[in-house]
Amino acid sequence: MCSICGCGVSSAHHDHAHAQAPAAGDAAAVSVLRGLLEENDRVAAHNRVHFDEHGVLALNLMSSPGAGKTSLLEATIDALRGEFRMAVIEGDLETDNDARRIRAKGIPAVQITTGGACHLDANMVHRALHDLALTGLDIVFIENVGNLVCPASFDLGQHANVTLLSVTEGDDKPAKYPVMFRAADVVLLSKSDLLPHVGEFEPARALRYLRELANPAPLIELSARRGAGMRAWLDWLRAEALKRQARAVPV
Amino acid sequence: MHELSVCQALVRQVESLMQEHGARAATAIRLLVGPLSGVEPALLQGAFPLAAAGTGVEGARLAVESPALRVACATCGAESEARPNRLVCGACGDWHTRIVSGDELTLASVDLVIDPAEETHV
Repeated sequence: MCSICGCGVSSAHHDHAHAQAPAAGDAAAVSVLRGLLEENDRVAAHNRVHFDEHGVLALNLMSSPGAGKTSLLEATIDALRGEFRMAVIEGDLETDNDARRIRAKGIPAVQITTGGACHLDANMVHRALHDLALTGLDIVFIENVGNLVCPASFDLGQHANVTLLSVTEGDDKPAKYPVMFRAADVVLLSKSDLLPHVGEFEPARALRYLRELANPAPLIELSARRGAGMRAWLDWLRAEALKRQARAVPV
Repeated sequence: MHELSVCQALVRQVESLMQEHGARAATAIRLLVGPLSGVEPALLQGAFPLAAAGTGVEGARLAVESPALRVACATCGAESEARPNRLVCGACGDWHTRIVSGDELTLASVDLVIDPAEETHV
């Protein structure tokens, strides 16, 4: 039984501290050595169980504001409609504009408005999952708050991180935001149709900075608006979704 | 500024330890926060009193230790110091490395005050 929501999913293993009891009286040091975000990680593991039970691939999309996450999702939905059943969890400080854009494509979307919080956390996604029927879905995209710093620290229960870097931002973003780009499982250089207009952006340099973070993630140049490069991204997505379906946990 | 969220999680974790041990106060908290953890020690220090106010953890001293960032090379086997945005091997320059230390975000230990009468055995 899930201790968080009572939803019947066995709770993820809770790594219980076996701290040595201190002596009575004065303050005594108790050794703990546990992750500071353990509570978040426990809920994230629980979310992952929900996704795995349904054979659903969960992806966490992260980028600066305006790098084109929602446009990428719109183009991806158009391209994969009929092949995969998809849903989107949208995270924004305010407005449900992005969720409305996704719903206009006929795809279920749940909006999380963080009310000022700079990142999504596992609890927010867990609550959103209660408004989203996972049965019959293949892919859930979680569009994080546009921010290259804070979202990197919070596991949501996703299977992979998709990090967008638009070519109007500068190719040294991986060097400036190493925690974010080190966590990326695939990096998408978005708005690649604008490359001829931003001569100072060199994809090879972005790739070099990414490798200097010891990250082997593929880097794909694409334009969601023009379609160039979309095939490589869709192939990556297909491969990940098939991996998940193969590992679906029978309920 | 997600350090406040991190501090709130820390306060809940320490309060649950206090309950577990039947402690009436926590006087010191020691953290390991690596340069590649995504969390700024100075911002943690600033956010901690806000997160601790009105809780059982209020007034505890927060000590943050930042372990050195070190990587081990998969190609040549050397272990070397690294920078957060340059995790390549210091010996051969290869980028196929793994983090040895420096990405910690860990509650290391807590000093708890336990009244003899309330001592519980765990």
